[in-house]
Amino acid sequence: MTTNDRPGDGGRPEPAPTEKVRPPRPKRARSSAVARSVAAAASIAAPEPVAPPAPAPHVLIIGGGGTGGALAHDLALRGLRVTLVERGEVTSGSTGKHHGLLHSGARYATTDRAAAIDCITENKILRRICPGSFEENDGLFVALTDEDVEFEKQFVEACWLCAVPTKRLGREAALRMEPGLNPNLRFAYQVPDATMDAMRVPLRFMATARRNGADIRPFTEVVAVTMTGRTVSGVRVRDHAAGRDYEIGADIVVNAAGPWAARVASLAGVNVPVVASPGVLVAVRGRHVNMVVNRLHAPGDGDIVLPQRLRTVVGTSSWIADDPDELAVRAADVELIVRESAALVPAVARAEVTATWSAARPLVQAPVPAARKRVATRREAATAPAAPAPAGAGRGLARDLRCFDHATDATPTEGFVTIAGGKATTLRAMAEATADVVCSKLGLALPCRTTDVVLLPHSAWYSA
Amino acid sequence: MSPRDARPEEPAAAVGSVEVVQSVEPETAAPAAPARPGTHFHISRRKQGDPKPHFQNFEIEVEPGATVLDALLQIRRRHDPSLVVRHSCMHAACGTCGVRINGREALACDTKLATLPTHKPIKVEPLANQRPVADLATDMVDFYARLDAAAMPLLRASETAGGATPPENIKAFARFENCIECGLCLSACPIARTNHDYIGPAALAAAARVVEEPRRHDLGPVLALAAEPDSVWRCRDAIECTAVCPSSVDPARALLTLRRHVAANGARRFLARR
Repeated sequence: MTTNDRPGDGGRPEPAPTEKVRPPRPKRARSSAVARSVAAAASIAAPEPVAPPAPAPHVLIIGGGGTGGALAHDLALRGLRVTLVERGEVTSGSTGKHHGLLHSGARYATTDRAAAIDCITENKILRRICPGSFEENDGLFVALTDEDVEFEKQFVEACWLCAVPTKRLGREAALRMEPGLNPNLRFAYQVPDATMDAMRVPLRFMATARRNGADIRPFTEVVAVTMTGRTVSGVRVRDHAAGRDYEIGADIVVNAAGPWAARVASLAGVNVPVVASPGVLVAVRGRHVNMVVNRLHAPGDGDIVLPQRLRTVVGTSSWIADDPDELAVRAADVELIVRESAALVPAVARAEVTATWSAARPLVQAPVPAARKRVATRREAATAPAAPAPAGAGRGLARDLRCFDHATDATPTEGFVTIAGGKATTLRAMAEATADVVCSKLGLALPCRTTDVVLLPHSAWYSA
Repeated sequence: MSPRDARPEEPAAAVGSVEVVQSVEPETAAPAAPARPGTHFHISRRKQGDPKPHFQNFEIEVEPGATVLDALLQIRRRHDPSLVVRHSCMHAACGTCGVRINGREALACDTKLATLPTHKPIKVEPLANQRPVADLATDMVDFYARLDAAAMPLLRASETAGGATPPENIKAFARFENCIECGLCLSACPIARTNHDYIGPAALAAAARVVEEPRRHDLGPVLALAAEPDSVWRCRDAIECTAVCPSSVDPARALLTLRRHVAANGARRFLARR
């Protein structure tokens, strides 16, 4: 088993013992054991933020998904004051609903090389900074038909170009590794995919951000963007838990609302070319695979099967929706997805469907600047982590990701930035690109440190 | 000015009372039998600062196959955006949408409306034995404090780490990742209802798992915790925890296992002293 670049043993991180910070004592008297544990949880050292310029500028982030959470962490590490507002529970939008696949990039290697390179780069970084949050189970790309067999050369070449490691497995070897596969498979490729908890990985970013001073407020919905002329000065929010409205001032407001980005931007009179592109996902009872199973062909519908807890999740499809809040679960899609995925893992067809849902991708519908159309070579991909990130370009970020500084719009709006597109796997890179734009707008040259800082465990999010 | 400073002292008017066609009614006015095709919901509401919760009725039309969570989100989208409900994954993997449905703990995303009786409104309340946030959301801080107390290594290598082949003994245990930390067991536990210091089923199940499969973990503190007064011996075997667990963790059985280990450990220590 050498295809995978495994950082560490995935165990509980051993943070350096630094200054211990005790949280305020909880109100209710606790048993000594529980009280001790609260103190222990608080003693997990958070990384020290860099010294902020005084007074630190205040950045307000709209959207408590993976991108918003990672951005709060990045900006807090750079020493800025950060407030994040989310209308519901954190990760309750698209973030929590995705299938929980940490991409190796193999899926995109043949169609979107930049995305594939981002994925393998971020895959390695996330394993390093979120130890223990992934089932390090790897993925398989399975060839079933003659067409799939023909696709092999293209797939292997594309993965090689993007520096995605692959290992060819014969039929027997593949079945030994993943007995749930269709026994009629021809061969398979093993790649460093992994499954992750779609909620708990972003929670680690948020927990660390909060320990570093970020103020993250769930159940707080933006109802208006406050402006002075064409300069955004903050937001007016509705606190659904307390039942009241109030205003928050900010030097820069970042719209990280995912598929809701266009709606949020419209509150500032700004057009953002982001649409909701939902896909249907299906969960069936039983854990029918232990690995991430993909079909060895160009990305299509119903060609991913992966384990999540005691369920198997299969997906997905894709269309354009008018309203990211009203996502239909199209029955035809459910049928198609189950049929297609059962070709890979036959047990899916016989299993009870326990849940069907739709999750909206934020799809950017804007022409890509010429500079970003160029695709990196394998050599560049291999050295990408060390390459400096030019502000706004975000180190070879995928073409599906865009950070809009609305000061450069035809009708300029100051103090307002939108980040849209991207994938769950690239949340950290999206945050880095956006934080670079924010710092550049504020005239600050603060380096990104998120590639090396190990995040607090997700349980720290719930510590007092 | 810090963002906190920007909060007004006085609540802005009318936010929590966005009036809806479905109307706010006292609990006593709950309709006896809902008429088809609408489905009636009887939802516990409480904003921060409210002395106690009240119930609000909604009648909505739902898609076939809809879950309780689908219905709650539909109510929030179309009728009352101020409804506070936790949710994330939609498929019983994240554990955030635990509520009490008709008095019984369940994940809202994993409860199809078709499985519920139709002759009365569907009553939805927040989990018990946990601090309320608002409406249907509860604060999980105490729950996680207990899990941490049990030395549950919340982060550890998965069963499939170090190679894609699961270890031989994977069948011997409920998978460690099975516990989705939803808090249903703590809500259903009759001991936790009266004794707030009781460490609770999830934490004891986690401790049992650590003891059964230590992976070089120091078992001393875990067994010491389990031997404390508000721990394994406080349980009266109501087995409600196992009954409501949506993820086959079986805390009740784990607790029995843990008792054996605690007793054996106590005996060992006693003999060592002599």
